[in-house]
Amino acid sequence: MAAQLQFRDVTLGYDRHPAVHHLNGEVASGALLAIVGPNGAGKSTLFRGIAGILKPLAGSIETGGLDIRDIAYLPQSVDIDRSFPISVFDLVGTGLWRQVGFFGGMGRAARDRIAQALSAVGFNGFENRSIGTLSGGQMQRMLFARVLLQDARLIVLDEPFNAIDAKTSADLLALVQRWHTEKRTVLAALHDLDLVRANFPETLLLARGPVAWGATADVLTAQNLLEARRMCEAFDDSAAACAVDDTPSRAA
Amino acid sequence: MIIHDALIAPFTEFEFMRRALAAVIALSLGGAPIGVFLMLRRMSLVGDAMAHAILPGAAIGFLLSGLNLFAMTAGGLIAGFAVAILAGVVARTTELKEDASLATFYLVSLALGVTIVSIKGTNIDLLHVLFGNILAMDDQTLLVIAFNATVTLIVLAVIYRPLVIECVDPVFLRTVSRAGAPAHLAFLALVVINLVNGFHALGTLLAVGLMILPAGIARFWSRDITGMMCIAVGSAMVSGYAGLVLSFQTKVPSGPAIILVAAMLYVFSVLFGSVSGLVRQMFPGRHLEA
Repeated sequence: MAAQLQFRDVTLGYDRHPAVHHLNGEVASGALLAIVGPNGAGKSTLFRGIAGILKPLAGSIETGGLDIRDIAYLPQSVDIDRSFPISVFDLVGTGLWRQVGFFGGMGRAARDRIAQALSAVGFNGFENRSIGTLSGGQMQRMLFARVLLQDARLIVLDEPFNAIDAKTSADLLALVQRWHTEKRTVLAALHDLDLVRANFPETLLLARGPVAWGATADVLTAQNLLEARRMCEAFDDSAAACAVDDTPSRAA
Repeated sequence: MIIHDALIAPFTEFEFMRRALAAVIALSLGGAPIGVFLMLRRMSLVGDAMAHAILPGAAIGFLLSGLNLFAMTAGGLIAGFAVAILAGVVARTTELKEDASLATFYLVSLALGVTIVSIKGTNIDLLHVLFGNILAMDDQTLLVIAFNATVTLIVLAVIYRPLVIECVDPVFLRTVSRAGAPAHLAFLALVVINLVNGFHALGTLLAVGLMILPAGIARFWSRDITGMMCIAVGSAMVSGYAGLVLSFQTKVPSGPAIILVAAMLYVFSVLFGSVSGLVRQMFPGRHLEA
């Protein structure tokens, strides 16, 4: 299977401090990969790098020629301004950006697609609700509906099941499985190790650097998890410059 | 007849009042929707800061050509764009937030502007620059204001979609399109254009008034951005009309009169607005089944 993502000695971070340090490896097209690690391990940073909104400090991330619109990135929902006066229908409709862009009309076909996406996440009757009135789980359903509309080859989900109930998790997990059967590449940052063991065949255990990457059963061992927990979260302002010399770049 | 004399006659009898009314209608059409976006982007005070930023440009125009419309308009636009772009670039390339970088640039601009006006002008000139004079609209000024309002509505239509998405979910826009930064800069340009418009009519101190107050009013009557823009335009027009009548009948300066009427509408909206108005919150009615 061809690689959909290639990490080439990539280092991502902030202010010269690495949050993900020297990651190498590739994700096969159609893979279903869980990214696991403690808080501060660099999971969200890695996803921001994949989505193209954070440039690597060193190394590169290659996305197999995908256009940025072929990547659906679902960040943690705190990034959304929930006080903005917009309805669920309109916000989900932004997932059609690739088709409608600046000026494209939202005709009957587009509206039908939005309605289908809302229906697929169990959101019938929520069309005219303001996004500010949604609960955390409802918000996540709405964002999954938007990812559905994006129709992307590569789907990146940052802690998608955080703070939501079991039924919503199960419904959204079913969507993830559907994308996997459709041969889309799906990456998800997760904390629930039982859920990962049950549903994700491949796992990357991250703790600023890669601790282990491979079949989930081989990665999520007690020894690996203990090693990940020993990760140092703090940035060190007096640290020496990294010995590895590389040029920041991100190939599309 | 008394009502006719008070409300209609000033406009049928005096051309300067008709010009002023046309000017506030154009200002309302262009400025109020921009004000709604400023408010939703939590940039209301940024608009005020930008209003001061146009002063040195207008002042240089004034220094070179006196109270010349085109020199002051061009100067104001150049100064406003320069501050908007510099502040935008600093905010997007450093960790300084946009409001903080704008505050720095506008304070420098304001100090520079007042200094330049004081070098050549009199106190009367300074008053004109600070408070404008909507009752002295000539054909050229009116045309400039109408042209700017037209440009505003066309450009806003072009950037509307990315602008809305950037407001509600900027990370999403960055992952699907590169339109965020150009749309933001175009929006700042529209803010400048409308501030220059407001500057001619209301002066630098009140230029932002017909943008921000109607937006605040609209927030209390609609949960939907289209509805908000319509209500903002309507309330700006009503404020403009009533302010002109008030000014004509009581000799209160026209700019402050317009803003004070808008302020009254704002207070009414805070009290009785159907969306989170205080009275509505005190007497919400019985709760629903679902």
